[in-house]
Amino acid sequence: MSKQDGFDKRLNEARARQGLDRAAKDAGPKAGSYGVGFRAGVEVFSALVVGVVAGLLLDRWLGTWPWLFLLMFVMGSAAGILNVFRLFNPRGVKRD
Amino acid sequence: MAAEGKSIDALSQFELGTVLGPLGASVNFTQSNMHMLIVAGLILALMHYGMRARALVPGRMQSLAESSYEFIHNMVTEQIGHEGKRYFPFVFTLFMFVLFGNMLGLFPYAFTFTSHIAVTFALAGMVFVVITVVALMLHGKKFFGYFMPEGAPMWLAPLIVPVEVVSYLSRPVSLSVRLFANMMAGHVMLKVFATFVVMLAGLGTVGPVLAILPLALNVALIAFEVLVAFLQAYVFAILTCIYLHDAVHLH
Repeated sequence: MSKQDGFDKRLNEARARQGLDRAAKDAGPKAGSYGVGFRAGVEVFSALVVGVVAGLLLDRWLGTWPWLFLLMFVMGSAAGILNVFRLFNPRGVKRD
Repeated sequence: MAAEGKSIDALSQFELGTVLGPLGASVNFTQSNMHMLIVAGLILALMHYGMRARALVPGRMQSLAESSYEFIHNMVTEQIGHEGKRYFPFVFTLFMFVLFGNMLGLFPYAFTFTSHIAVTFALAGMVFVVITVVALMLHGKKFFGYFMPEGAPMWLAPLIVPVEVVSYLSRPVSLSVRLFANMMAGHVMLKVFATFVVMLAGLGTVGPVLAILPLALNVALIAFEVLVAFLQAYVFAILTCIYLHDAVHLH
């Protein structure tokens, strides 16, 4: 309400001194090791599914069974690994 | 439904059936649809009745409405930046719908519509269409440069572009599978342990004592499921924000 007298600033300083803000930060939902593991698995799985389905559809359309399927399977695996990589190293330099 | 004929029937809880009698049957109005409408009604009620007081010192309902609003507002501005504010209604609606759907599903006799891949995939597909349209509208043809990272040698393009395209297309799949698998696994676990309680309880004199073990586990699981219900709604919303960030800033 009263920002002009620097109340918020003093309040934040006092909170930081007392170590109150750290608790608030820790309370946020953070994925534990279970969560990260599950996410990585889902990323690989979904990329594989997309690769395989795309390969099957392209093969059906172009009549090249099984070559595009095999190619897209490999591409899907690569994309899955890329997804897991992106999980830990997001694209671009953001949120710094 | 549990322990009929001494077998564990954990999946029948996900079966769809029509509600509202012959009227519902004629238009295939299932309990899943009904719970979606209930969730939409609950969210509207929370926002409308919670904010009706407009008190300077909020009451319980107003606090809930305001903190959920600010939670998503902060998430959107933090993840996407100030341009992200215009996507706030979209992310907020998604988050509240998924959160209320997950939470409502934990009540007895309720149906969890987020445990169906059809529902979560429809939501994730909508997110996918929105992020693609936003990226195309803001960047036009430059959007396709997204699939070829800057600085990569040109001769690698035939390898990089398909991998990037598959990675991009896998977004709605991973988004929907994550939510659906978490919700479904949780409810299957609850049902399996609840069945153990019933089966053990009918096992002579020592049975009821043993039945306390799965019962205690189920109590803990319910608490865990509340956490998962919130966490998955949060993950769904924050991934939507991250994808929107990519669409808006494109790098």
